[in-house]
Amino acid sequence: MTAQDVMVVSGTEPRNERALRRQARGEQGRLVALSVPAFFLVGALVLVPMGWLFWLSVYGSDGFTVENYTRLLHPAYKETLITTFELAFLVTGLCVLLGFPVAYMASQLGPRWASLVMLCVLFPFWTSLLVRTYAWLVLLQRRGVINSWLMDMGLIDTPLKLVHNFTGTTIGMVHIMLPFLVLPLYASMRTIDMDLMKAAANLGASPVRAFWGIYVPQTLSGLGAGVILVFVLSLGFYVTPALLGGGRVMMWAMQIERSMAVYGDWGAASALGVVLLVMTLGILWVLRRLTGASAGSGGH
Amino acid sequence: MLRKPATATQVTHLQRLWLYVVCALVIIFLVAPTLIVIPMSFSDSRYLEFPPEAWSLRWYRAYLDSSEWRQATVVSFKVAGLTMVVATVTGTLAAYGLHVSRAKAGKYVSVLLILPMIIPVILLAVGIFLAFAPVGLNSTIPGLVLAHSVLAIPLVLITVTAGMRNFDINQEMVARSMGASRPWAFLTVTLPQIRNSVMSAALLAFIISLDEVVIALLIAGGDKATLTRRMFLALRDEIDPTIAAISTLLIGLSVVLLALSQFLQSKKN
Repeated sequence: MTAQDVMVVSGTEPRNERALRRQARGEQGRLVALSVPAFFLVGALVLVPMGWLFWLSVYGSDGFTVENYTRLLHPAYKETLITTFELAFLVTGLCVLLGFPVAYMASQLGPRWASLVMLCVLFPFWTSLLVRTYAWLVLLQRRGVINSWLMDMGLIDTPLKLVHNFTGTTIGMVHIMLPFLVLPLYASMRTIDMDLMKAAANLGASPVRAFWGIYVPQTLSGLGAGVILVFVLSLGFYVTPALLGGGRVMMWAMQIERSMAVYGDWGAASALGVVLLVMTLGILWVLRRLTGASAGSGGH
Repeated sequence: MLRKPATATQVTHLQRLWLYVVCALVIIFLVAPTLIVIPMSFSDSRYLEFPPEAWSLRWYRAYLDSSEWRQATVVSFKVAGLTMVVATVTGTLAAYGLHVSRAKAGKYVSVLLILPMIIPVILLAVGIFLAFAPVGLNSTIPGLVLAHSVLAIPLVLITVTAGMRNFDINQEMVARSMGASRPWAFLTVTLPQIRNSVMSAALLAFIISLDEVVIALLIAGGDKATLTRRMFLALRDEIDPTIAAISTLLIGLSVVLLALSQFLQSKKN
């Protein structure tokens, strides 16, 4: 119970207002204290180690150093960085191409069909990441399902190299990331007032013009959220590239794991980690600004 | 039928046919690969051909006969069950406290509690490894439970907070004005009404722990290897059809839990 509530109940300004206020603050403090167990866990296992990681990256055996960061400009690390960004951009782009039509259709269907489509979109969301990655290994490998079908149909003579390379990694990652793009996009499309399209047609716009001029601009906040989500998740992705890339596609996250587990090089691992963390938090901060701003300008 | 308008602006279904085809293909792309694993797990062959030429249960037998896989399964379920309890209890307490108190500090606390969802999981794994090394929690069940709980707390917090928003906290005030203590009022008035959100949060926590790979990869060695860790390592070396059998079982479990969570969601409204 807060101090204001008490005042409303009594009707007049209570004489013991100060004491009540203090009591209310105490009560508030006790309520916030309920989050202590969760906060303690997150603090001990996330916040402190992140600080420690930062410390490891700037403090070497002989005092403070930026060597761990300048080392990241070495060609091997640079190549990892380029691969990671290439893959993240490609995956994000493909997700937009594939996800937009699905979200658009789902948002226009009746409730029963829409929920069926969204169930299909959610289905991979709920099956283990590892299972889905395994499925792609089965489909794409040299003697896998897709290659044997293509060869049976006589379209190719020798098996295509679909996995343990960039292609396989891209296919697998698009499959994993697509729901993350569709969900926010679908949510924003559902709120669009379709009468606006009628109004546009009434004013002489062709369906194509109305779509690009009226409909698409209203989806941008949802699309932006989905795009940034997919991009950020792709930057730090480990499991699927590690399995479908077959060691040939070196992602940022894999470089961190390798520096730590294989070479025991904490300087490199921590510097790579700090850079990834800063990039991730930075991009998400932009997302917050973006969605905050567009929510204010949107009419609904 | 095809010539009927699909939208108010007179675009017919025929003109939109390409859209339906594209969407159907994308939905097949999303669903089919996972489903194809199921028939393959019943194949009699070492090679993964589709459709399989002969059917058998040999890969399920291989899974059940292997003490390593069995041990990993037991570890995974133990960890997932305990994670569900730890994450649901701590997350629900936090969600309740932060929602009801309306304190300014609460906002910052909830942002911090959401962080594990935002930080790339590889970094969480490296950090947890660092934190556990001095206290000897690496490769132990309690260590895995704590690590997975941290991962699940954000989702529990979000799910339960959403449930709290639909609940009128004045009901609890009434209970307390009639003499109930706050914990008693919470247990008898509030909790029964946010029950569905809490249960759906618990399911999420269970699934998150069961499916988690990266943290287990870094901190769960030896006989405390989880099912997913063992699967990951097996997949890196060779594509063993036993994994198709395990995957099928995991898909079945996921579908059951999804149906359950959908059911809880629909009851909420």
